Amino acid sequence: MKVKVIVTLKSGVLDPQGKAIQQTLNGMGFANIKDVRQGKYFDIDIDGSDEQKAKLTAEEICKKLLANQVIEDFKII
Amino acid sequence: MNSSVIIFPGSNCDRDMDVALKKFGFKNKMVWHDDNELPKSDLIVLPGGFSYGDYLRCGSIAGKSKIIQSVINFANSGGLVLGICNGFQILTETGLLKGVLQQNKNIEFICKNIFVKVNSSENKFFENINKDILELHIAHNEGNFFCTEDELKSLEDNNQIAAYYCSSDGKIDDKSNPNGAIKNIAGIFNEKKNILGMMPHPERMIDQSLSGEDGSIFFENLLKNF
Repeated sequence: MKVKVIVTLKSGVLDPQGKAIQQTLNGMGFANIKDVRQGKYFDIDIDGSDEQKAKLTAEEICKKLLANQVIEDFKII
Repeated sequence: MNSSVIIFPGSNCDRDMDVALKKFGFKNKMVWHDDNELPKSDLIVLPGGFSYGDYLRCGSIAGKSKIIQSVINFANSGGLVLGICNGFQILTETGLLKGVLQQNKNIEFICKNIFVKVNSSENKFFENINKDILELHIAHNEGNFFCTEDELKSLEDNNQIAAYYCSSDGKIDDKSNPNGAIKNIAGIFNEKKNILGMMPHPERMIDQSLSGEDGSIFFENLLKNF
C-alpha cells in the first residue's frame, strides 16, 4: 500500500532556500507572500495491505532515515 | 601508524587524504564502503566529497552504509576517527557527533581559504600543536553547523568545540563566519574527544607551492601524538 510522507524543517530552523523562493516571488510581484518553507515529499509503496502496520513501518523509516530529527519534523499522510 | 580512508561513491577527497597521510608517515589503506571489516587501524578517516550525490541529506545515505557499523564500533572502543567536510556530515548523520550541517546561510557553494582558531588541545588531534590559528581551505554547500541550545551548552561545557572560524589574527566574529555556523563552529569532538569532525580541509594545505602548509602542521602533530 502507498504511504505518503512529508518532511519539513522545524519552525525556527533557518531555511535559506525557502527564503530565496519567498524573495523571488516578492520580486515577481507576489507582494503578499510573507514566508515560504521548503520541504520534501516521499511516495512510498509498502508491500502488504495492513494500513496500521504500514504506517508503523513508515514511522520507523522516517525516524531512521528520511528525517533528521535535530532539524526536521515528519508527517505521515 | 596505520590509517584507513573510507571511500564512498561520490567521495572526492579520498586520494588527497591518502597522499597527505602517506606524506607525513602514516601507512594508509583505502577501504570500500561496501566492506564489512576495517583493516587494523589507529585512525579512520571519512573523507570529503559528495557521497551518494548528497541525496536526501548530505551524508545520510553514507551514514547507513555497510562499513559504518565497523566505524561506529571502532569509535566506541576509543579509536580515533576524523571526518572532514562530507566526513563531518556523515559523522553527524550516524549520531557519533552532535548537531547537523545545514545549507550555507548565503545559499552559495563556498570554496576559499579561511582561518580557524583551535579551541581545544586536550585531545590526540591538537595536543601540543604549535600554532593555534590555522589557514585551511573550505569547499562546501552545507557547512552551516547547527544544534539545539542544550547540545550547544553541553559542547561548550565539555570543551568539545574543536575549532572556530576566525579572522587571520584570531578574532571570532560574524565577518569571519563563512557559512552561518552557530557560534562560528568549524569543527567539534564527541564527548571522549576521539572523534573529530570539521568542515575545513587540512589535506589541501600540505604543499607550500600549491597552497599553504598549515595542514602539514595538523598532520605532523597528529602523527606525533600517537
